[in-house]
Amino acid sequence: MKIMHCPLNGPRNISEFAYGGEVVDVPDSINCSDRQWAEYLFIDDNSSGLVREWWIHTPSSYWFIAERNRSTNEIVKTYPASDLFSEDTGPAA
Amino acid sequence: MTSANNMRLAEPRGKQLNRTRTIQFSFEGRVYQGYEGDTIASALAACGQRVLSRSFKYHRPRGILSMSGQDSHALVQVGDEPSVRADTRLIEEGMQVMAQNVFGSLERDFASVLGLLGRFLPVGFYYKTFYKPKGVWPFWEKLIRRLAGLGKVDRHTRTQEIDKQYRFCDVAVIGAGPAGLSAALQAAEAGAKVLLIEESVLPGGSFNYARFSADSNHLVDTAASLVNKVKQHENIELLCQCQCTGWFEDNWLSVFTPEKLLKLRATTVILAGGSFEQPAVFRNNDLPGVMLNAAAQKLIHLYGVKPGQRAVVMGCNADAYGTVLDLLDAGVEVAALLDMRAEPGETQWLDAIREKNVSIYQGYGVYEALALPGNKGIRGVITAQLDSDGHFLGQGEEISCDLLCMNAGYTPAAQLICHFGGRLEYDEGHGMLKLRGMEDAGIREKALAAGSVNAVFEIEKVMADGRRAGQQVASLLGLSTDSEIDAISDSSAGQQNFPWPIVPHPQAKEFLDYDEDLQIGDIERAVAEGYEDLNLVKRYSTVVMGPSQGRQSALNNLRIAGRAAGRALQGETVTTQRPPFHPEPIQMLAGRSFQPVRRTAMHQQHLALDAHMFPVGLWLRPAYYGKQNEMRLQIEEEYLSVRNRVGLIDVSTLGKLEIRGEDAGEFINRFYTGKFDKQALNQLGYALVTDETGVVIDDGVTCRLHERHYYVTTTTGGVDAVYRNMLKWNAQWRLKVDIANVTSAFAGVNLAGPDSRKVLAKICKDIDISAEVLAYGKVGVGYVAGIPARVMRVGFVGELGYEIHVPSGQGASLWEAIMSAGEDMGIKAVGIEAQRLLRLEKGHVIIGQDTDGLSTLAEIGMNWAASKKKEFFIGKRSIDILKSQGLSRKLIGFELPGDAPLPQEANLTLRGEDIAGRITSVARSPVLNRIVGLAYVHPEQSEIGTAFEIKLSSGTRISAKVVDTPFYDPETKRQAL
Repeated sequence: MKIMHCPLNGPRNISEFAYGGEVVDVPDSINCSDRQWAEYLFIDDNSSGLVREWWIHTPSSYWFIAERNRSTNEIVKTYPASDLFSEDTGPAA
Repeated sequence: MTSANNMRLAEPRGKQLNRTRTIQFSFEGRVYQGYEGDTIASALAACGQRVLSRSFKYHRPRGILSMSGQDSHALVQVGDEPSVRADTRLIEEGMQVMAQNVFGSLERDFASVLGLLGRFLPVGFYYKTFYKPKGVWPFWEKLIRRLAGLGKVDRHTRTQEIDKQYRFCDVAVIGAGPAGLSAALQAAEAGAKVLLIEESVLPGGSFNYARFSADSNHLVDTAASLVNKVKQHENIELLCQCQCTGWFEDNWLSVFTPEKLLKLRATTVILAGGSFEQPAVFRNNDLPGVMLNAAAQKLIHLYGVKPGQRAVVMGCNADAYGTVLDLLDAGVEVAALLDMRAEPGETQWLDAIREKNVSIYQGYGVYEALALPGNKGIRGVITAQLDSDGHFLGQGEEISCDLLCMNAGYTPAAQLICHFGGRLEYDEGHGMLKLRGMEDAGIREKALAAGSVNAVFEIEKVMADGRRAGQQVASLLGLSTDSEIDAISDSSAGQQNFPWPIVPHPQAKEFLDYDEDLQIGDIERAVAEGYEDLNLVKRYSTVVMGPSQGRQSALNNLRIAGRAAGRALQGETVTTQRPPFHPEPIQMLAGRSFQPVRRTAMHQQHLALDAHMFPVGLWLRPAYYGKQNEMRLQIEEEYLSVRNRVGLIDVSTLGKLEIRGEDAGEFINRFYTGKFDKQALNQLGYALVTDETGVVIDDGVTCRLHERHYYVTTTTGGVDAVYRNMLKWNAQWRLKVDIANVTSAFAGVNLAGPDSRKVLAKICKDIDISAEVLAYGKVGVGYVAGIPARVMRVGFVGELGYEIHVPSGQGASLWEAIMSAGEDMGIKAVGIEAQRLLRLEKGHVIIGQDTDGLSTLAEIGMNWAASKKKEFFIGKRSIDILKSQGLSRKLIGFELPGDAPLPQEANLTLRGEDIAGRITSVARSPVLNRIVGLAYVHPEQSEIGTAFEIKLSSGTRISAKVVDTPFYDPETKRQAL
């Protein structure tokens, strides 16, 4: 079983974690075009290689960011979401 | 009667035996005797019993093949346990062993006539034959399964709960042979904590049975000292009779001890599992008396059993010489050594063998083994002259013997590392499968291979390779700074395997996969029929799919299929290896059930009232109270108590969340569709959640207890997802709020019915519950029956009602206080069946029952729930976009006359001949005397008064009418009382 390093709880079995989707730039939901909004919702890059993802440690309900190589399934690093989202950037973002 | 141990050799042979203790067991009803330490197969061999089983397809007699638990020849039934490996299972007093897959008896198996029909049972036979005419397969299946079955499963076997154990170590070494022992010792010396896992009874591996020189004493002292050092080392724990069955990511290993499953997490792993001896392919190479070289050596050295009287040994490397000398030392006459190679090996071996007058046939293999009557053994062999590439040049002479030992080379026992990313690739120059991929990212830092699995064969080099691996893990673990570690290379690797040990015979029965009785022609035919890829050959012919999982067949299959398909063999990889590497007892996997059950604080009160408990997610909720045979009556009485008097419903399972902090209002505003930042204190609001695509995912109520404190409920099943979602959004928004899931901290009841205020007034003095103050939609905080409570005027069931939330620890007291306060008013406990009917009459939508993964606000007629004043809430943009698009369906209320048949939920609604939607909720309303329900229909059918058709489960169509909701009390006066 794979091990993931939770920034809050340390190394834990992967069965304690759940995937929360890729970290993507959210378009300005008020001013963007319908097409941009639809692409944000329904079109996934699904790229291989290194990807930034949301993960949650389910017993502690702690969300964080993981950088994972989708070709090798290697988890390169994990860090708190606050490293990416440092302040309230408004409802749309 | 007991059979005599007439094949037993004197001590010191039989190093696994304790000859002071004899053990009696039975095989096929006959009593046998062996010594403590004997396996079933060795004890039977000591008594001259050669046939152990019958083969899968042709029911041919089979005997000892590998003596290592790696083949299907040795599968027997022990008591109620099927498919036990007779060559590794130790005998126990009174053990009852039976042959498997036998019609009649092992000695006289009536199904063995199938062997004569062999050419009418070609590969793919089952696919081609039994499917016509249509529907005939179940008949044949029953018969075929009986013919092809292995052991018998006892359906009445009592199971026991077996716990699992978590283990951790710096280094797990798999295999305690010369390489594994050396590696473990080297790593332990450097300070690593080592777990050494060995499947046999004794540590030592080939030290225990192989011969490394003409001098039989060569390395005996070295081996003993190595084993001793390992046993005594404080950093090494040696686990014998344990099997590692799977190697998963980040070095998570499943290890089965005789008692339980170890879930082992190792920082590094050294695979030192050795190699599997490979058989040659020739006619009758499966008969009892034909075995692999090491099987004969194990019988002699570990079990003190003489494997035969007169032997022919066939080989292609130094181990054949060792086998000849071991057989001679054990008193077996060796009629011939057939060396498939064109040139002989080392002279020291040759001289020793020549000294004993054994004839050596250079460039010879076996054309066929000559069967005894009934195929129960062999009476001799006919030799085959081969060229150096293995081409058959012609038949040689006949040599009589009762034992044929064979070895056509080795295949690395690399299955485990293949689970982890390694692969086995054919090296044509060496005629051998080689382990590749150890340098790949993900493996390099975590796993090493040592010994013959690593294509190192000479014993001194095997030990050196083990030390090298031990040293390397020490440096990986940071225990050693010695980073210059030389790889061990073995020039003899190219001289282990014979490139083409395959001799076709016009009468076939040259088996390359013993498990499935597959012959050379079967593989060639599969390729000729177009199944050329190894993975297709495997699936079509079932080659390498049997109990031995290709241990003896993968290599020869790769050769035969590759050549038949005209492919270059160099670089071909064998089919994917998957766990488990060894069979795993299911009861050891099963263990205990850890599925939690959640009970509310009032669970005991429900049971005392004879509640019929019903699972809702993990929760248990009362479906109804009272006798099961009076269910309908009970539900109706519960229902009527709420409509006419007063009822009490346990709603503790609702999700409950506390949102506190400076930004609590802003957070709620963004998360829910409604507008809450200006919500008045002590005011309830309907809280609906949509996802970013505008789909409705949950609902509940919000209740503002303080400027910075909201108390929010969710559906029973939705709370975990809602809570998780809230945390994820706020990980991005960074609002100053604290979000806590307090679902189990609070118990809740819904006290509902026209008399509910009177009941509550008796036990609640400090909250003004008058109709004017605690009006519909208001919240009061205070004490109920002396218990701190939040009292909310809700209307889910459409009557005057209060949801009362108290700390869970006092939920039972609250329940009892209310029940006794309401006794003189005829209060009844009400289950979820009655509650669902009550809310349906009110037309209230249950998210998850009346909605699905695509339901939008507009579809369920709840556009009012989305604030038009807010710039943003999750899903707002999508809802705005959806508004400009037409609907494809709409949720409506419908009714049917009281005497109509009652449709079921999920019955279809029709528009002409097309499916328009489905019924989501439906029930017969006792007070309205009609059937009422909610259903999706086409938007054009959604006008009030429209008639549409419902297709019942029976196929009958009935016409229903769209009506306005609520069905009951349309002006909603009752809940506002």
